Amino acid sequence: MWQVAGMNGWNRRAYSVMAYLVLVPFLLFNLFPFVWIALTSVKPNKDMYDAALSPFALPRITLEHFRFLFTKISVLVWLRNSVIVALGATGISLAVGILAGYSLARLRFRGSTWMATGVFVTYLVPPAMMFIPLAHVVRALGLGNSILALIVTYPTFLIPFCSWMLMGYFKTIPKEIEECAMIDGCGRIRTLVRIVLPVSLPGLVSAGIFAFTLSWNEFLYALTFIQSEASKTLPVGVVEQLVMGDVFFWGPLMAAALLGSLPVVIVYMFFQRYFVAGMTAGAVKG
Amino acid sequence: MRGKEFRQQTPPLEPVGTPKNGKMASEDTSVFRNRTDDTRGNPPPAVVTVGERFQIFFHREETVAYLMMFPIIVLVLGLLAYPFILAVAWSFTDKVIGLSGKFIDLNNFIQLSKSSIFRQTVQNAVIYCVVSVALKITLGIVMALALNQIGWFRSFLRGILLLPWVIPSALSCLVWLWMFNDMFGVLNYILRATGISEEGFLWLASPEMALTSVIIVNVWRGTPFFGIALLGGLQTIPEEVYEAAAIDGAGACRRFLHVTLPYLRSVLAVVTLFSTIWTFFDFEVVYIITRGGPMNSTHLFATLAYQTGLIAGRLGEAAAISLYLFPVLVVMIYLQLLYLHRAEA
Repeated sequence: MWQVAGMNGWNRRAYSVMAYLVLVPFLLFNLFPFVWIALTSVKPNKDMYDAALSPFALPRITLEHFRFLFTKISVLVWLRNSVIVALGATGISLAVGILAGYSLARLRFRGSTWMATGVFVTYLVPPAMMFIPLAHVVRALGLGNSILALIVTYPTFLIPFCSWMLMGYFKTIPKEIEECAMIDGCGRIRTLVRIVLPVSLPGLVSAGIFAFTLSWNEFLYALTFIQSEASKTLPVGVVEQLVMGDVFFWGPLMAAALLGSLPVVIVYMFFQRYFVAGMTAGAVKG
Repeated sequence: MRGKEFRQQTPPLEPVGTPKNGKMASEDTSVFRNRTDDTRGNPPPAVVTVGERFQIFFHREETVAYLMMFPIIVLVLGLLAYPFILAVAWSFTDKVIGLSGKFIDLNNFIQLSKSSIFRQTVQNAVIYCVVSVALKITLGIVMALALNQIGWFRSFLRGILLLPWVIPSALSCLVWLWMFNDMFGVLNYILRATGISEEGFLWLASPEMALTSVIIVNVWRGTPFFGIALLGGLQTIPEEVYEAAAIDGAGACRRFLHVTLPYLRSVLAVVTLFSTIWTFFDFEVVYIITRGGPMNSTHLFATLAYQTGLIAGRLGEAAAISLYLFPVLVVMIYLQLLYLHRAEA
């Protein structure tokens, strides 16, 4: 950043050390809640509410909270619902996003710039503005209380994102590759499937990973559209069924937070580069 | 194969004497580019059979494009435009769940502007949004500069620093709620142990403190987004620019102000816009941590609309709440588009 070629070694090292020092409070602040989830999820109730004991102390560990989740509460059902919803919504969004992104990036048609702007604008519409009338539409479609409601509605915020991101990606692919394929007799669609998509794999992975994470983390629609316990997704199930009135069972709650975060954290760890690309796609290319 | 054959037949399709669109024709290196713009309105010559016409129609670039745009158009119209119009219509009625309300003009909006809870909500949303976004920008820039400066562990640190933004916010809000706990929460333990506060804070008891607490959680979650996006922006700045500035005698501060910031401007503008919208219409943090309390003092638009529309069932009023700020959203999006167009030009 401030680093300049020709700067002497000491100066350079001093800046670097300073940067590490600056990052220490960030690490503490950003990661402390994760430590706390992990610590609480294995701490017996007796120790958790013992005023004489430091909350950092962990004299013994227990798996009772996880046992409680798996036996008394339908956590596995919520996990399954979350997986189905996230995969379904991501699949639909990618398919629609590929078609829209490609035609906006490559084909010339009346209204294309207008539609590209439209996609960007819908990308910015916050779900918090739409959830009340959407709940009505979902019920009118006969999808109330079913996870299908979420698979159908999540694409409303995922597709604009996917289209926008893939449009940017398709534009970076040299036109000549496609033209060669078409000279060899491929139609538009075949060129898209055989030539463009394989080349765009990194972009597709980014969009997919990011869409998956957004669906997994979605809360408001899932809270609003679904009342029956068996159709809830994990975040909503945990918040709504595990908090009884004013009573918070912190052990099971943190155990559930751990379970609900693990899948996205794992996906994120494996595809970090793609995830960051997806996240900054709007911001950098925007 | 088909496309090729048909396109070889197309020349007769082009009406004789029609001036070619000069720009498009000269740019157009592809032999297969259709000439849709030129043929529009001119019936194909009679030698083309119905089947061929059908084929031609489905191979026209424009037709293909519309077919490919069809799903997204249906979705946007059905699940965004229609509900939006529905919300606008409801906002002028006294509709409650299960009944079709009657038209009451602007009454919802007028009542809301007189309601103290709604006024409090507007104030909360502005404070929450301005303070959070300002903190996120500042901390995000610091985080990005520091990450850009280090060599060892850079991608590892970048990876774990982004974690707050990756996990479901509903779940991370739960752990914050637990840490804010008066009696057994770890934050108060730390305050007591370090002697900063004898009894610890009542994090969620007073309106001011509760708003501060939700802002802390929002900043915790959002800063990594700024940091990582800005780091991406920093990495596009060519080293030579800094060298030139240094040779001209610019110190670290001036290099930051006159080199780094101008380069970051466009990324910063877009990230700030996104974050402003998300923060303004945030739901989870307040819903989970304060439930709008104490005494409805920490509501944001989304939580107030949820409580009014889905708990109390007053859909008309709830629709008016979420639409109240629509003009603000429109202005923000408009400014953004304007900025982007200028940047592109």
